[in-house]
Amino acid sequence: MQMSSKGKYFMDSRDIAIQVKNMSKCYRIGLKEEIRDSFGSALLAFIKSPLNNYRKFRSLYKFDDMRPDANEESEKSSSDLIWALNDISFDIKQGEVFGVIGNNGAGKTTLLKILSKITNPSKGYAKIIGRVASLLEVGTGFHHELTGRENIYLNGTILGMSKKEIDLKFDDIVEFAGAEVGKFIDTPVKRYSSGMEVRLAFSVAAHLEPEILLVDEVLAVGDAAFQKKCIGKMRSVAHEGRTVLFVSHNMGAITQLCGRALWLEKGQIKQCGPSSEVVASYLSHDTEGKAIWSNPFAGPTDKEVLTRSVRLLSKDNQPTHITAFDSSFKVELVYDVLEPIRDLSVVFQLINSQGTLVFEAMDTDVPEWKGHTRVPGKYLAVCEVPGNLLKPDRYYVSVVSFVENVKIIEVYQGVLTFDVSEMGYTLNLGRRGVVSPVLEWQVTRTGRIDGLAENE
Amino acid sequence: MSIKASFFSRLTSSNLESKLVTVIKPGSGWQFVDFNELREYRDLFFFLVWRDIKVLYAQTILGFSWALLQPLAQIVIFTIIFGKVAKIATDGIPYMLFSTVAIIPWTYMSQAMSGSSQSLVTNQRMLKKIYFPRLIFPMAPVLARLVDFGISLIILLPVLIWYDIMPTWKILLLPVFVIQMICVAAGFGMWSSTLAVRFRDVKHAMPFVTRMLMYSAPIVYSASPISEKYRLLYSLNPIVGVIEGFRSCVLNTPLVWSYIWPSILVSIIFFVSGILYFKRMEWLFADVV
Repeated sequence: MQMSSKGKYFMDSRDIAIQVKNMSKCYRIGLKEEIRDSFGSALLAFIKSPLNNYRKFRSLYKFDDMRPDANEESEKSSSDLIWALNDISFDIKQGEVFGVIGNNGAGKTTLLKILSKITNPSKGYAKIIGRVASLLEVGTGFHHELTGRENIYLNGTILGMSKKEIDLKFDDIVEFAGAEVGKFIDTPVKRYSSGMEVRLAFSVAAHLEPEILLVDEVLAVGDAAFQKKCIGKMRSVAHEGRTVLFVSHNMGAITQLCGRALWLEKGQIKQCGPSSEVVASYLSHDTEGKAIWSNPFAGPTDKEVLTRSVRLLSKDNQPTHITAFDSSFKVELVYDVLEPIRDLSVVFQLINSQGTLVFEAMDTDVPEWKGHTRVPGKYLAVCEVPGNLLKPDRYYVSVVSFVENVKIIEVYQGVLTFDVSEMGYTLNLGRRGVVSPVLEWQVTRTGRIDGLAENE
Repeated sequence: MSIKASFFSRLTSSNLESKLVTVIKPGSGWQFVDFNELREYRDLFFFLVWRDIKVLYAQTILGFSWALLQPLAQIVIFTIIFGKVAKIATDGIPYMLFSTVAIIPWTYMSQAMSGSSQSLVTNQRMLKKIYFPRLIFPMAPVLARLVDFGISLIILLPVLIWYDIMPTWKILLLPVFVIQMICVAAGFGMWSSTLAVRFRDVKHAMPFVTRMLMYSAPIVYSASPISEKYRLLYSLNPIVGVIEGFRSCVLNTPLVWSYIWPSILVSIIFFVSGILYFKRMEWLFADVV
């Protein structure tokens, strides 16, 4: 295997695997629904609605006003255009492992979708030299009525393997997925636990051997041990001289696996260069305290959950980014559940200025939401964090929505930044430890020591 | 060293061979099927067809017997209502025989059409997450339902024996009509699935459209009362040719070519235009669905 990477390098180090030139992608988010305020106009609207609906749906794929020569007037009417990618150009060399980072809604997934031929760019072009496999999700095409064996073949061919290739790798795939899956390989997948299903799906994906691999945030599935195995697999893929384009929120994985990285913000390239540099500036770009975050991405989405906003509130429900040591504060999460989903948890993590995760708290910590299927709708989750606990320091809040052991749906890193001030801090300064709780102490003198004089 | 060198050269040559260049550009424009690409994805095509076959009767007690029961129930109902109660004229052919020969291809067509028309919408998750030739989506149910069709042909045997009908050379023409039948279902599937991506109305219109199509073709009644003047117009319906063809080939009744030709022609136009329209709109499926 070492040979092959050497060989590739030797052959032509300047070989480009992916070339993206002036690429833009524009979406229409659809026109707003008009509100009718009287019965008459509502009735009229109802009668005219088929025509209006037709125009509306049609306009979704008409992009005439998108051209640069479009005049002012049409510019105004095209306010529902969203540029998911705006004039992106970069090259990836053969054998390079290339990371893409950025906030949600920055255009990372759109970029992957264009390179995987799922959707077309609106402008510009991309050139890909070599056989591509893309992994935007593990287990695409898995069917619950089919057995594990059948799903391996179905999913494998969907990902671009031939039947012959799967025949050869079949035993490895089953072995990688674990003994438990191997035992039930001829059982319909609907009888599997969700963890088993994910392991099987990932195992198929891990055995892809394309020249170019496009990966979205898929390593973040399964339990910790399995995740470790997957990162190991990714690393060995990278060492085999394959070109990998890797989108992730996991900054550790990006710096470990990727040589270069690209930071996208609002559809544009913010920075592109050695991954450690890009990650460093990505992490430090926002230094002001921030008490309110609302999701810039307004949808539509095919995810089951969409976090709308996160706020840090004082005891009396005022947004704040400074809180006194001895007073409690609240973290408020507003999210939409768009599809019925089981075992969903929305978590916030508190990270201190050293980057240490102080704690994470889930909205399913309360028994009434544990293990239930969520009905679609708007949700509001408020968690009260007691005072006299967090050391005076700067803290960051990240929000993650996930289904335990199955998948991570959304990750929003560092959405809030706040300070715990020294107001009300009664303990001595310089105390060590991650937290500095003011605890209940019961200190009493229980008696006298014989022979020891008592000075009253 | 020599081993290393040979390995090297093999590697280099295979690398040169596999230098597949893909250019991704803004979409649209008319194009036809990329047969090379389809061939590359033939294993996937096979597994998707096979998935549709396997999943169709999953967790049913009767399994593939449903492929027999569905047309059989329809034959019985039609024979009682249209044959016995309404006493529809069938050119002297016993009603049961008359309807059996028509209902078997019709059952296939209606099921393939409705499966195919929803194929892009029901598979939208896949559509948004992975690329393969999109034509595979509407074609998979069309091919998968052929298994049902094959099974339901079994019904013909006892019926033919009961009425003592011996197939003649005309049975050799049957494959022509089977192909026409598939073309009609596929053409319909491609048109309707493409429309369904943008307009969910298709889903609600389907049951009623198939019902209309059924009554528009000589399935429960005979076409012979239709006057010469309207015959051409009538036979522009591609389903008319399929049904008339099936009847004539199996029951050895005279083949009325004036019914067959227009309908075959329309079927071909329908099929080819379906592909063209599908390919024309393909690029926006993932964004709009």
